[in-house]
Amino acid sequence: MDTSGYVIPFENCDNSMVGIVGGKCASLGELMKARIPVPPGFAITTAAYEQFLNDNDLKKKIINRLTNLNDEDLSKLEEASKDIRSWIEAGTINETLEDIIASHYRLLSRRSRIPALPVAVRSSATAEDLPGASFAGQQDTFLWIRGVDQLLDRTKRCWSSLFTPRAIAYRIKMGFDHSVVLISVAIQKMVRSFTAGVMFTLNPATGDRATVVIDSNYGYGESVVSGEVTPDQFHVNKITMDVVKKTVSEKKIYYTTDPESDEVLKLDLHPERQTSQSLLDEEIIQLAKVGKIIEQHYGRPMDIEWATEKGLPYKGEIFILQSRPETVWSQKEAKPLVEPKASAIEQIIAGLIKGRTIT
Amino acid sequence: MAAMNFPNPHEAERIPGTEGWERMYPYHYQYTTDDPDRKKYEENMFWFYDGLHYPEPMYPFDIIWDEAWFLALSQFNTRIFIVPPALGIDHRIHNGYIYITPLPVADPSDIPKRAELFMKRAGYYYQNWDRLHDNWEAKMRGIIERLADLKIPELPEMEEESVVTEGIGVSTGYKLLKAYDELIDLGILAWQYHFEFLNLGYAAYVVFVDFCQKAFPDIPLQRITQMVGGIDVIIYRPDEELKKLAKLAIDLKVDEIAMKGSAAVILKEMAASENGRKWLEALETARQPWFYVSTGTGWYHHDKSWNDDLDIPLSSMGIYIEKLRKGENIDRPTKAIIAERDRLASEYRALLKTEADIQTFDQLLGTSRTVFPYVENHLFYVEHWFHSLFWNKIREVSKILVDFKFIEDVEDIWYLKRSEIKDALWDVVTGWATGSNPRGPLVWPKEVAWRKEVMAKFREWTPPDGMGTIPETINEPFTIVLWGITSESMSHWAKLKSISEGDLTKIYGFPGSPGVVEGKVRVCRTVKEVGQLQEGEILVAPTTSPSWAPAFQKIKAAITDVGGVMCHAAIVCREYGLPAIVGTGSATSRLKTGQRIRLDGSKGEINIID
Repeated sequence: MDTSGYVIPFENCDNSMVGIVGGKCASLGELMKARIPVPPGFAITTAAYEQFLNDNDLKKKIINRLTNLNDEDLSKLEEASKDIRSWIEAGTINETLEDIIASHYRLLSRRSRIPALPVAVRSSATAEDLPGASFAGQQDTFLWIRGVDQLLDRTKRCWSSLFTPRAIAYRIKMGFDHSVVLISVAIQKMVRSFTAGVMFTLNPATGDRATVVIDSNYGYGESVVSGEVTPDQFHVNKITMDVVKKTVSEKKIYYTTDPESDEVLKLDLHPERQTSQSLLDEEIIQLAKVGKIIEQHYGRPMDIEWATEKGLPYKGEIFILQSRPETVWSQKEAKPLVEPKASAIEQIIAGLIKGRTIT
Repeated sequence: MAAMNFPNPHEAERIPGTEGWERMYPYHYQYTTDDPDRKKYEENMFWFYDGLHYPEPMYPFDIIWDEAWFLALSQFNTRIFIVPPALGIDHRIHNGYIYITPLPVADPSDIPKRAELFMKRAGYYYQNWDRLHDNWEAKMRGIIERLADLKIPELPEMEEESVVTEGIGVSTGYKLLKAYDELIDLGILAWQYHFEFLNLGYAAYVVFVDFCQKAFPDIPLQRITQMVGGIDVIIYRPDEELKKLAKLAIDLKVDEIAMKGSAAVILKEMAASENGRKWLEALETARQPWFYVSTGTGWYHHDKSWNDDLDIPLSSMGIYIEKLRKGENIDRPTKAIIAERDRLASEYRALLKTEADIQTFDQLLGTSRTVFPYVENHLFYVEHWFHSLFWNKIREVSKILVDFKFIEDVEDIWYLKRSEIKDALWDVVTGWATGSNPRGPLVWPKEVAWRKEVMAKFREWTPPDGMGTIPETINEPFTIVLWGITSESMSHWAKLKSISEGDLTKIYGFPGSPGVVEGKVRVCRTVKEVGQLQEGEILVAPTTSPSWAPAFQKIKAAITDVGGVMCHAAIVCREYGLPAIVGTGSATSRLKTGQRIRLDGSKGEINIID
């Protein structure tokens, strides 16, 4: 395979490579290294972006266009953004680079056994740029992209997202040098979710850290995340890995893709499926195990988006789409549950005196 | 919590045709309105039905153990160890069913003083646990030996000449009265020892449970018991002995004989060969004392031990021989159990958020592990070994009453209170001494017949779960651990009541061991029916004991009428990773063999599918 460094599969990305593959690709690589199933894909690196700029003589042109801009002059910012983005989007990706990207895409397609595999094209910002809210990425996620031409086109759009008016304004305000700000692009297999939802590696209702709570509905996770349905809820004991509680709710709607147009649709769930358990017991356990690994990997309770895929030559597979630290319980001050005592007997006396409230 | 109404004890239902039942039981067990203070006390307490120990109404004799623990448990809380906030547990009886209530310390200002005393006294036991426990075992074995040696003399036509020549100076009539007194005294003594460690064991455990539930609000009780549960506990010993005998039969090549099921045949055919005799020797060794294990809880006279009926262990031994012949491993997976127990504890511990909590967890877990083997082991010494011998000694006394036509059948004696037996024995020996006719035959057969009718009516009656007024807090360790009295269990009771009137497809019990399974029911009313179990069935039994152990090799889950999270079925199922629901009250009568059910061992819920 190529050694150009233009493209790096997720499984070869890690946190030391944020400058080359961006934060998103680096963390996907980390998850893979922890044996967490994430949808496969690859990073189009900052080197590819730089090569593209050079090939199209854009570097200087962009810097010049950005000089003397004021971060508060919105109309000027917008004009500059429009110019720069149109130059990038009209640029040509050289044949070598195109071949490398195309061969990685075909490999991904082959591995997934789907011709012209639908992928998500997302920008993967290099960290210094916009800590916290990565609004470059917010605007520039392209879902259900099929074929090399579309992929290359959306890649350029991701690159150009470095120059949204807000991004430009932010760098001016912070005094960052536009010329050193680079971007990577993540190409990731789309998961045709059979079921999806969220998972907390603690019980958000009680704070119990030994419980994993999974919310689930058919189709894409949007219906769960947005709160449009009351999802099924499963409680799994994290230590013994048994399902301790199941609540199957009436799930009225779900999100799915139109197989013809790849458009995301919101549909009524078939009446029979509305009250059926959306995850099999084995899937619940498998998912909780993945949650436990993620928690151990990050060393803290996590809030995770997941999906399962079916209809493949294989049986249902679990994928992790996103994970971030849980914030509500984790930010509470850790205080001793009971006053510590010098000996067990003193603790027993204190416990006996307290007794148990029953009304 | 939703308001829950339990009947006023003085207005509880009375059953027509049972009038006068009160004389079958001690007078102080009755609810009474005679005295305004006592009436008010009874109305203000919360009395709950002790279905855990008594799934059926009390026999007038069998109430001996209820009186024994009424005294023993209470005295250790109130007068010996001085449990800071809790006194003893008071008892009442209604329509033959036992109701109990824990008494709090009335004046909270007494608690600090009691705490100081408890620290000193209980502290002494916790610190010297092993030594005192060895001492306990010696005492217990001592009284069991005295019981085994106790002679119940038959009254001779004439005394031996030696009474004269050796100047003995007393008659067999006197000796009979004395032997009966001694028998009863040994029983009461066994129950004094029963509680010597138990209160402290439960106290340590209950505080650990509370801590775990505070740290992990979702933690199932079963997991906590698993963390403290002993490995080398004698509850498994009878079953281990049976496994050893199965292996020995194969090694000695007498397994064909050993598979014959009937004890009479096995004993006869074994005696005919040298290897067979070797096996019989091993059987005899195992029987003393391990076959004194009861097939029930040991609380009732009808709970037989393996030694009472060798068919029971020897027929289930066949299950082991079959498995061994197929090359299967029948050993308890002790290494895996220890590993799992330690993994549970260390993973829960690792999730604690502060150093202080880790310290508390270690202190309480350590103490609970020290005390827990006793909590599990005392059952064999008292309820199994001692009781099994004791019931048979009483039967020897009963034979004398049958001989003198006081009662018609040996098994009628259970319809007499122990004080009435003493009176009857006086009637016997004075008649025997005098040469006159005792009055007993004119009194007891009639009375026993009437009592049998009354008890039949009691059996048809469903006792309410509770009576009186619900308190705000409970501090009494036994009440919490054994009967699981919590706001959840109370509302669960209320739910149970509403369900029993409506939805018949659900049965609830205590979650004994987690897991969800679906399968076919096999109702086994006694351990003798265990042989009918098919691989993968769900066992439904009144209760189980170590003598049921072979059944657990075949089943997918267990359900019992009686028992809490610490009962035999729950302990064994947790060990084998099978779901269990215990203390359902009525599963054996509501479920039928062959029925398909789905059960959830974590919730304690059974769904009848068809």
